[in-house]
Amino acid sequence: MAHYMLSVHSVEGEAREPMTDEEMAQSHKQLGVLEQELKSAGAWVVSGRLHEPATATVVRMAGGEVVTTDGPFVESKEHLGGFYIIQAEDLDGALGWASRVTAAIRVPIEVRPFAGFEA
Amino acid sequence: MGHGDAATRLKGAEVGRIFREESGRSLAALIRAFGDIDVAEDAVQEAFVVALGRWPRDGVPPNPGGWITTTARNHAIDRLRRESRGRELLSDVAVLSPGSDDPGNPEVGPVPDDRLRLIFTCCHPALSTQAQMALTLRLLGGLSTGQVAGSFLVTEATMARRLVRAKHKIKAARIPYRVPEAHELPDRLRPVLAVVYLVYNAGLSGSANPDLCAEAIRLARILAALMPDEPEVAGLLALLLLTESRRASRTGTDGSLVLLGEQDRTQWDRALIAEGQAILRRCLGRSQPGAYQLQAAINAVHADAPTVEQTDWSQIVALYDQLLVVVPTPVVALNRAIAIGEQQDPAAALALVEGLEDLDNYYPFHATRADLLRRLGRHREAAAAYQRAAALAPTEAEREFLRMGGRASRRVKR
Repeated sequence: MAHYMLSVHSVEGEAREPMTDEEMAQSHKQLGVLEQELKSAGAWVVSGRLHEPATATVVRMAGGEVVTTDGPFVESKEHLGGFYIIQAEDLDGALGWASRVTAAIRVPIEVRPFAGFEA
Repeated sequence: MGHGDAATRLKGAEVGRIFREESGRSLAALIRAFGDIDVAEDAVQEAFVVALGRWPRDGVPPNPGGWITTTARNHAIDRLRRESRGRELLSDVAVLSPGSDDPGNPEVGPVPDDRLRLIFTCCHPALSTQAQMALTLRLLGGLSTGQVAGSFLVTEATMARRLVRAKHKIKAARIPYRVPEAHELPDRLRPVLAVVYLVYNAGLSGSANPDLCAEAIRLARILAALMPDEPEVAGLLALLLLTESRRASRTGTDGSLVLLGEQDRTQWDRALIAEGQAILRRCLGRSQPGAYQLQAAINAVHADAPTVEQTDWSQIVALYDQLLVVVPTPVVALNRAIAIGEQQDPAAALALVEGLEDLDNYYPFHATRADLLRRLGRHREAAAAYQRAAALAPTEAEREFLRMGGRASRRVKR
């Protein structure tokens, strides 16, 4: 088994076909079913959705002191909107789950293996 | 080859050739046994060093593939025993390959060919096409890193980095080492066939070493033997053989490009054509036509025609109609238009070509337009189109050809 992070990347201000209320409800329902399946398959570790990047705060060391600043670490159009951490036998297993997430929310999913997280 | 006099005169180059023919299978078996590409590659490399010392003296063993697998396996086990990480790996090996340590009988029984797993790992869609091609040639084709680098006209250091990165991704992301299940096969076979086709075309176009053509055909033969029930695999092999039959005729004595219509058809390789057509007949018999089978069929019709004029253009147009359904791209539409130009007239073809503006950066689009305009007597427009094509052409031979106005003067009159 290996662990993978499926990250949901959003692009700020990207002109996407907005979902209708009905599509939105459908998408939520699909995600709910998917999350149940992830759990019953023993693949789910943790998942979550993040607030927009404007809510981020960065702390860093500067001159031996911790400095706190407003805003995301990198100012960019793309940002992490949410993630799943799952375990799967191999990449094909992880890609299978990722395919279902992207089909439900219509946003690209990046699949990345965790280093030194063998179980 | 046995232990006779001929064998004792075996040269290093010959050892290299036989070794390369056989090493893909051994490497694949070792990757499965050890679950680690680097361990398997190092072990096969060590076996090669032993072979270089031993085969010229003792002759090639009766089962060179089995010998390589056994020798490499023993080297790997010896080496892993010396390392603590290796001892862990070894305990897994014992589980994975019970009884296969018997050095006398390395290939007993219906051993499934691990090269099939290997090709699907090398061509996994999570790897870039460049990485897929490099890995396939290196691991399945048995080319050295230097040879792969030379094939793509990049430095050995660049290719080594590309291979290291790809192998690291396979390991870190756990790209599986298995044959896809039946329902996954259509999706997973596509990049495998594309890699072999791209390798062939890299050799054909002059953008890479021409030896890649032979290498691609060798890979296609391996795939056809490993997947006898996949008509598209056979279709790809037929397509490559039929294209290869004309390769020598594609280039003039001065290195220039010679179009199909101007090629000396007596120079086409009849043995390759016969083989390609026989394979094609068998796979078309399954009535599951696909892109490679249809392209092979188009080439087979050309191969049957003694001259351009005697070509069965209606048959070719019909095949392009089918191909356009399977591969609805502007490039296929362009080739279909060219065939219609022969079946009907250049005006009909030009009308179709003019609708393909998406191909504005594709030089054959401009070259085709130029040729059709020239045939319609619209010389000024033809010259402009030839110029545009020449500016976009990738190789000097093609640019020269187009600057000459597509060899208008030497073209067969119709």
